[in-house]
Amino acid sequence: MPFIPHTEKDTREMLDAIGADSIEDLFDEIPAELRIDHLQHIPDALSEMEIVRLMRERASLDGTPLSFIGAGAYEHHIPAVVWDIATRGEYYSAYTPYQAEASQGTLQTIYEYQTMITALTGLDVSNASLYDGASGLAEAALMAVRANRKVKSRRILLAPGVNPVYEKVAHAITGGQGLGFEWLPRDAATGNIAFDALPEGREPVAVAIQQPTFHGTLEDVDRLTDWAHAQGAFVIGIANPMSLALLKAPGHWGEEGVEIACGEGQPLGIPLSSGGPYFGYMTCKQKHVRQMPGRIVGRTVDLDGKPGFTLTLQAREQHIRRTKATSNICTNQGLMVTAATIYMSLLGHDGIARVARLSHANTTRLVDGLCALDGVERLYDAPYFHEVALRLDRPVAPVLEALDAQGILAGYDLSEYAGTDALLVCATETKTVADIDACIAAFGEAMR
Amino acid sequence: MSELIFEKSRGGRRAFAQAPADAGDTNIPQQLLREDRPRLPEASELQVVRHYTRLSQKNFSIDTQFYPLGSCTMKYNPRVCNTLALLPEFAGRHPLGPVSHGQGFMSCMWELQQMLKDVTGMRGVSLTPMAGAQGELAGVAMIKAYHDARGDTHRTEIIVPDAAHGTNPATATMCGCTVKEIPTGKDGDVDMAALETVLGPNTAGIMLTNPSTLGVFERHIKDIADRVHEAGGLLYYDGANLNAILGKVRPGDMDFDVIHMNLHKTFSTPHGGGGPGSGAVGVNKRLLPFLPVPMVKKTQVDGETLFDWATEDDFPQTIGRLSGFMGNAGVLLRAYVYMRLVGRDGMERIAEYATLNANYLMVRLREAGFELAYPERRASHEFIVTLKHEARDYHLTAMDLAKALLDRNFHAPTTYFPLLVPECLLIEPTETESKETLDNFVAAMVAIATAAKEEGVEYKEAPYTMPVRRLDDVRAARELDLRYDG
Repeated sequence: MPFIPHTEKDTREMLDAIGADSIEDLFDEIPAELRIDHLQHIPDALSEMEIVRLMRERASLDGTPLSFIGAGAYEHHIPAVVWDIATRGEYYSAYTPYQAEASQGTLQTIYEYQTMITALTGLDVSNASLYDGASGLAEAALMAVRANRKVKSRRILLAPGVNPVYEKVAHAITGGQGLGFEWLPRDAATGNIAFDALPEGREPVAVAIQQPTFHGTLEDVDRLTDWAHAQGAFVIGIANPMSLALLKAPGHWGEEGVEIACGEGQPLGIPLSSGGPYFGYMTCKQKHVRQMPGRIVGRTVDLDGKPGFTLTLQAREQHIRRTKATSNICTNQGLMVTAATIYMSLLGHDGIARVARLSHANTTRLVDGLCALDGVERLYDAPYFHEVALRLDRPVAPVLEALDAQGILAGYDLSEYAGTDALLVCATETKTVADIDACIAAFGEAMR
Repeated sequence: MSELIFEKSRGGRRAFAQAPADAGDTNIPQQLLREDRPRLPEASELQVVRHYTRLSQKNFSIDTQFYPLGSCTMKYNPRVCNTLALLPEFAGRHPLGPVSHGQGFMSCMWELQQMLKDVTGMRGVSLTPMAGAQGELAGVAMIKAYHDARGDTHRTEIIVPDAAHGTNPATATMCGCTVKEIPTGKDGDVDMAALETVLGPNTAGIMLTNPSTLGVFERHIKDIADRVHEAGGLLYYDGANLNAILGKVRPGDMDFDVIHMNLHKTFSTPHGGGGPGSGAVGVNKRLLPFLPVPMVKKTQVDGETLFDWATEDDFPQTIGRLSGFMGNAGVLLRAYVYMRLVGRDGMERIAEYATLNANYLMVRLREAGFELAYPERRASHEFIVTLKHEARDYHLTAMDLAKALLDRNFHAPTTYFPLLVPECLLIEPTETESKETLDNFVAAMVAIATAAKEEGVEYKEAPYTMPVRRLDDVRAARELDLRYDG
């Protein structure tokens, strides 16, 4: 039943105060011909005890397989503290901090988040989050079109390592405004950009570069960033924030660094949860802050001169600017950012770097073991972070099914994107040596 | 302000239980590695727990205060919805995992699609939009795709009433449309004459919220639908106020072509301090081919039911993908649990008691001397008080009253929205609040206004009891301080 506190006496007194005979009278402005009698297909209510049993049964159907899938969402250990604190009612059931005085907790948390994510990405300013990594690219592309006034085109060039789903999402979101996305050429041997085949004179408003790439490889981001800047383009750097504990920050790519960084925040303490809720991060150089979409928190002072936090630069936003807003985004992913801030505070740079290095080492062990099997080899000759593309000498799907039968999800079937029988594998810090060796052994059986 | 976590940080301090063993150097080439050390906190686990616990205590929230924020539906978020969405099998499920390890999750999603179709009267539902604003984007993109598929590429005008949420016009712009704004009549309904003047061969559609953001039901909705359809346009339903009409009347029966729902409002998933939301979209028959993917479909394989993904292959005319995977799946699970808890009869009771609470509060405030923006109308699940007289005669603005309420431990209503009502407070109590809470809120409102009127008390400097007093927004925007550099 719904969560309604009214006693019969309450209801009667309230109707008397209103001057209505029944609750039904309160709906008398709705034209009678539009009214329905009953909903048809909603089941009867369950008690909490019944829904707990039902959901446990459903959950057991999904199980907890040993998974080596990455491809944009990564399994990491999440400290108990993270969601214990993030789901405190004061965080969980608050709304967007419009009343700043009554929202200092959320506002300070976001300010601390902005500080942490700008440190990781090597840029000046951050917003309070976007929906996810994929839609983040769409917002970054729109921002580049607004901010890069020297280039009139709406053409965004994508390095071949950009997540192909991000391109689909960016196209769907920005197509109405005439943005176009074109892929840059891929070097068949390394999987990375083919520097000798880069097109000149395309007048891109922005070039998007992903590091690590969707295929797990590491690009020469310095050279690519410099090339893009030579074309007059902004550079949008897409990076896994976990990797930035080790890898060069987008703000330091090339001679000048990227103008905008964005990406998927999920690795920072957010459960995989079938794809969401996650959060997209976005940071940029100071001079472009007024073209940023989304909420931004600033520190200021109150009437007594005491420091405090508030939403700022709201003149960019839909509730003020309406048709001229930088984006229609309002609600974003506040609770996920709260969790990520707690995660980053608990681990610190050393902790995140350890997670990153152990994930790298585990993936190395997995890949070395798999490549020792007949019919398995690395697809690309390039450095990697914690994910590697493998080429198989046979179709991938039956191999994955054989491993699935043993409770192992051996990786993501990359064949559609790679144009050959290929598998993308990832072993994060959550995997033990025994887990990895079990996967290698089962893979060997499946390949026999 | 509390000390920042960075100010509590000490070099070399750690939460030892959280860092895994050090795996040593990597084989990544040196030129790809970072040379600087990003400044993240260095703190013990207890310090982190205490810091963020204390910060949380500086928030107002539904769990601690009455939060009558109009148009936001701040009702109780049942705890069990969160508990069950975080069961290890659900929380740990990889979005690209095989359907063999997803039948539990996917069956919930399929049933959620079915239930949302039923409560809205629509023919198809896609769950992927990640917030109301993204649902709006999906909706307008579908309207555009429909016209384009018929060769009507010139239909790019979206009609929006002046009372609409800012997201409506912002969304239309994002979809490459132009906005035609129409005024609201004196009684709060759409000005039909004004509507006629903007309808034409370039009309793509109209975006409406019903009940509107003025807190009243649009009585001419059938007439509006007929005229817009006759002009070749489609009707978009902004579901922000769906809570008011659950089980009573459905957008599909009002002839809307496409709608978005705010699951974080109507179906009580958490607002989370500003997200995650979830903005599922529903469509009637003519827009079915354009729904965003993926969705969940129910198939039969060897006589067994198998839930599978419906993708671009099933919907070749789709407007595409809006998220990396399938939207805010964990939020959708919470909404599913909520709907199963509430059940069929409970849906109607939500609308009934949300409406009862709003009308009771409206009548009590009117009797106490507050002026209503639409005194001749029933409240839906929210209503508007205007302080235009109090502001003129006693210097009591909507902002002042909002801040004074904080000192009395009530969250403020929505202020200065909709834009067309001066000094307005948009008040939505929701069905989960008790009569005592509403009575106490009325008493607080009366006490504030009485002190202003009879004793000349001003609230320009309120609040006094919050962690901070009124903040200097001008300075915040002029002297940007967006991260800690200390």
